[in-house]
Amino acid sequence: MGVNRREFLKIAGLSTLVGLGGKTAFELLAPGELEAREAPLGEAQKWGMVVDMHKMDEPLMDKCIEACHRFHNVPNIGTPKEEVKWLWKETYHHSFPGRENEYLTEEVEEMPFLLLCNHCTNPPCVRVCPTKATFKREDGIVIMDMHRCIGCRFCMAACPYGSRSFNWGDPRKAPEALNPGFPWNPDYPTRSMGVVEKCNFCAERLAKGQYPACVEAAAEEVEGALVFGDLADPESEPRAVLREHYTIRRKPELGTGPNVFYVI
Amino acid sequence: MYDGGKIITGLVIGLALLLFPFFYTAGKAARAPERELTAKAKEAEKCIEATAFMKTGHMKLLDEWRDEVVRDADRYYTSNLTGEVHYKSIQVTCMECHSNKTKFCDRCHTYAGVDPFCWDCHIAPKESE
Amino acid sequence: MFEKTIRGSQRYWGWLFFLLVLMGIGFGVYLYQFFEGLKITGMSRDVSWGFYIAQLTYLVGVAAGGVMVVLPYYLHDYKAFGRITILGEFLAIAAVIMCMLFVFVDLGQPTRVMNVIIHPTPNSILFWDMTVLSVYLLLNIVVGWNVLSAERKGIPYQKWVKVLAYVSIPWAFSIHTVTAFLYAGLPGRHYWLTAIMAARFLSSAFAAGPALLLLLCLIVRKVSRFDPGREAVRTLGGIVAYAFIINVFFFLLELFTAFYSQIPGHMHPIQFLFTGLEGHTYLVPWMWTAAAVAVVGLILLIVPATRRNEDTLVVGCVAVIVSTWIDKGLGLIIAGFTPNPFEGVTPYWPTLPEMLISIGVFATGFFILTVLYKMAIGIKEEAAGVS
Repeated sequence: MGVNRREFLKIAGLSTLVGLGGKTAFELLAPGELEAREAPLGEAQKWGMVVDMHKMDEPLMDKCIEACHRFHNVPNIGTPKEEVKWLWKETYHHSFPGRENEYLTEEVEEMPFLLLCNHCTNPPCVRVCPTKATFKREDGIVIMDMHRCIGCRFCMAACPYGSRSFNWGDPRKAPEALNPGFPWNPDYPTRSMGVVEKCNFCAERLAKGQYPACVEAAAEEVEGALVFGDLADPESEPRAVLREHYTIRRKPELGTGPNVFYVI
Repeated sequence: MYDGGKIITGLVIGLALLLFPFFYTAGKAARAPERELTAKAKEAEKCIEATAFMKTGHMKLLDEWRDEVVRDADRYYTSNLTGEVHYKSIQVTCMECHSNKTKFCDRCHTYAGVDPFCWDCHIAPKESE
Repeated sequence: MFEKTIRGSQRYWGWLFFLLVLMGIGFGVYLYQFFEGLKITGMSRDVSWGFYIAQLTYLVGVAAGGVMVVLPYYLHDYKAFGRITILGEFLAIAAVIMCMLFVFVDLGQPTRVMNVIIHPTPNSILFWDMTVLSVYLLLNIVVGWNVLSAERKGIPYQKWVKVLAYVSIPWAFSIHTVTAFLYAGLPGRHYWLTAIMAARFLSSAFAAGPALLLLLCLIVRKVSRFDPGREAVRTLGGIVAYAFIINVFFFLLELFTAFYSQIPGHMHPIQFLFTGLEGHTYLVPWMWTAAAVAVVGLILLIVPATRRNEDTLVVGCVAVIVSTWIDKGLGLIIAGFTPNPFEGVTPYWPTLPEMLISIGVFATGFFILTVLYKMAIGIKEEAAGVS
């Protein structure tokens, strides 16, 4: 049963056009979905992102991180050993080990880079998971099933990007002082103790046709700092950026096929 | 029988221990709790499926939902009862009407001795009392 | 046959009681971990496996090492090992159970452990590790039990038992190969990403397993009237010597590749272990101890006079166990995660609760081992007519 997203958007669009006598399909179908009146994003075969470092600065990165972590109820645990992060900053040296040289430009040398899960085309984390708790969707998103994860942390050993965090304790017991009002988003769950988590490219927002939280936050300040779309579609925004700029990816030599690109 | 006395004593003690819970609670059966509906739930008159089905099968439905939403990105459910379409979410859809978790969910769960881990992650609505 | 285990000396009961106390403490601390989460351990986002998984790795080796007595006896009809194959099989049972417990205590959501079976995933090496370990456990229980009860009745064991014993030989190789594959197939973990990992694991297993078995044989001879036999001990010594030489050789191969190629990623974990990295030198004394002890072990095992002298042979075997344990039960996992994917060093050291839980698991293993050995020895004494 159930209506899939394509059908939903179709019905929603049609009924808005036709007007359907007072009640729109959005009200009819999903009472909580009214904000999805517009659907800027369709479906994709391979979601991907381009981070344009020329348009990025540190305050903007912090804004994106804040938007992501508040939307997904990612608390600040307060200790680096136990920290949980979906989106975070690292220096060039830490982000691209092996690609450094002694004579980097000052900009690259000092600029932090915005890091997240690369939603690899060939993800090692998916390969090693013993329960299929982490898997790759048809639209390319590497996602976690928190109901199924047994917390073996094999995926953390397999991920060469450090994109995965483990809940060493109960995230709801994160220090109150660092997380006033946690959990912030009543429409999104927290995690339980003992499971691994990571960026999910905002699958729950994409389902409503919305851009990921970080992309939306960045767009409020600068146009095109984070470019998100279907990499399989030559007409998509990220493909247009990739055509025009030289980009790099993190550790492509490992064959994982990262789908997050950096314009530097 | 060697050590017959010891064996029989042991058997009696074992049996007594085994049956102790039955004697202990004999005649003290707790009454099944009544679930309480919010005004909103009362007004709606019906849930997404027939009440009898929801009473016995909600856990199965929720279990299917969570797999379908997370694993198949299939987020909408069409009711067999009304044909209406609902967003598959315990946190957003179910609890919108049943915003009294303590009186609607917990009472029966406690009585039945089940402890579902939904609320380890999903956020329960704030209740006034 | 279990009745043999409930009659014993005061020393036997005292030892079991001591182990029970350790198990109780371990279990209590495990409950604390169960409710508080793995934050009570020293593990972190960067070093996400630690002492537990390291012990799993080491003990899979001990379990596989038992095959070094099973193989000569069943395939080469080497009679001197006939008396001690059961000790090898029972050691494997205890070791595999410890392995399973170490995986279990490492899980973040232990109540969901059956998901591995409910959602079988053949592309995950962990799935295969669970499979081969379970089957190996079963093989050893069935073979060990049947061979022992046949011995008690004074009849030869059934044919199918021999078939299973044959199967258990390649199976022993498989458990440690699969365990190596847990690590050796991960991109971006330089210390682990090496084709020789499985071979290294097997060589260290075939040194450490028989070394431990040799020590156990000598203890058995001391505390009971069962004598495993001079020849068996002597041959075991030879096996330990060969396997350990190969183990050290394989490690030197790793050093050559890393330091002649001068590829930073390959050198960093080894530098971290032996000289320290970014100021973190806490494993350096351990690793040099392992190296020094390995040299002592090599000398004592290679020189015929010291290998044939039981006192020095014991020292040699202890040296092998200590150095392979530091290598595999400590250095391997930490260095695999160091440096982290951002070329940084996050130090890891097990915490007290983590150690107590580990000690509890070891105590459980030794409890099982003691009871099984007590049973085997009781029956052997009976068969020999000494009691």
